[in-house]
Amino acid sequence: MAELHLPATLPPLHPGLPRRLDVDARTVREAIDRLDGEWPGLRDRLCEPGPVLRRHINVFVDRSPAGLETALDATSRVDVIAAISGG
Amino acid sequence: MSEIVLLVGTRKGCFVLRSDAERRDWTADGPFCEGWPVYDTAYDPDSRVIYAAAASDWHGAGVWRSADLGSTWELSSAGLSYGDGGLRLSKVSGLTVAHGRVLAGAEAAGVFASDDGGVTWSLLSTLDGQPGRDAWNDPDRQPPGHLGLPAVLAHPDEPSRFWAVVQGFGIFETTDDGASWTPRNRGLRADWPLEDPAVGYCVHKLVMSPVDHDRLYQQNHCGVHRSDDAGRSWVEITEGLPTDFGFAAGAHPHDRDTFYVVPLDPGHGRCMPEGRAAVWRTRDAGATWRRLDDGLPGSNAHLGVLREGLAVDDLDVPGVYVGTSTGQLFASADEGDSWREIASYLPAISSVEVAVVA
Repeated sequence: MAELHLPATLPPLHPGLPRRLDVDARTVREAIDRLDGEWPGLRDRLCEPGPVLRRHINVFVDRSPAGLETALDATSRVDVIAAISGG
Repeated sequence: MSEIVLLVGTRKGCFVLRSDAERRDWTADGPFCEGWPVYDTAYDPDSRVIYAAAASDWHGAGVWRSADLGSTWELSSAGLSYGDGGLRLSKVSGLTVAHGRVLAGAEAAGVFASDDGGVTWSLLSTLDGQPGRDAWNDPDRQPPGHLGLPAVLAHPDEPSRFWAVVQGFGIFETTDDGASWTPRNRGLRADWPLEDPAVGYCVHKLVMSPVDHDRLYQQNHCGVHRSDDAGRSWVEITEGLPTDFGFAAGAHPHDRDTFYVVPLDPGHGRCMPEGRAAVWRTRDAGATWRRLDDGLPGSNAHLGVLREGLAVDDLDVPGVYVGTSTGQLFASADEGDSWREIASYLPAISSVEVAVVA
């Protein structure tokens, strides 16, 4: 199970969604799909049609920049980071 | 006993203010919608649901809804998308409730509808084939503000008839629920060359008299205009106002000849002229105008009001509400004759909506 860490801005939008959770998925995209199944609409918060990651959403797998098709394994750590921007 | 509820959309979320019919003392709650920038709000008197159109820089666009007058909120963007085609939805910029559904105007320009109280949405139209459509969807020709289709004005008696405003291009009317459209800009003024005289007009705010549905008013980038034939033709009624520029406008609920605007300097400053705050009212369909400033700041008040920043309630003596882009909220309980500042330090205000809740 990949270990997923989500930005603090997401749980207030989806009641019951934790900041950290384990997901059984082979890619980042599949992990997001799994979350969207349980918390409908979550994919839209992270992805635009395509799907592609939103401009100000960054994903790191094991501390390296990643994309939706980046492979995951049972020991992967996935960090979803909202860009440090805005005012 | 009626409760007056003000829905205030700001750069940092939605606020809800409440008062009784006296409209003297107000309580404020918020921010709601997780601090997302809110571009417009709407209230459905039948379902008592509040809607707030919002877009987060990080998490995209959606419509928040509250079924308990603001205590709890849910977000949905289900169906608010152009899919994998060429258009990208950056925000919902206008909301309208009519005939049991919610209509949303979006950027890129399109109209969406929800028949289930904002839970799911479907695309109604992107005004295909209309003059100007290729230009308004050209990423290199986007105007500041980037609102796309910021307003839908619904006909109160005809569910399939409504008007859509496309930023920088003008008004389009449909009588068949978006299947076909007709530009409704005849008589408007544009201070720039037009490729096609049917379109190219910068309509900032379009309103309808609640007592005469053929009587429309608009604040345009170039002047204030009135229509007596439901938008088929327009006459300019700017004379008597201090400038021809402004964003916000409001119609009187009981008198078709009474209408409000907030003139602003037409340069890039776009604040109230000379730093003296005022709302202007006509009671004769634009033949004459009266400056209303009793209780508004009279010096060093460089205030701007955006297109959704003015609202009028429908009590016997209507209240008028104006929110500024620097976070002040002013209210009048006497049709604009006198004013009080009822909130001073809100975030930048994008929209003000008022509901009279029984």
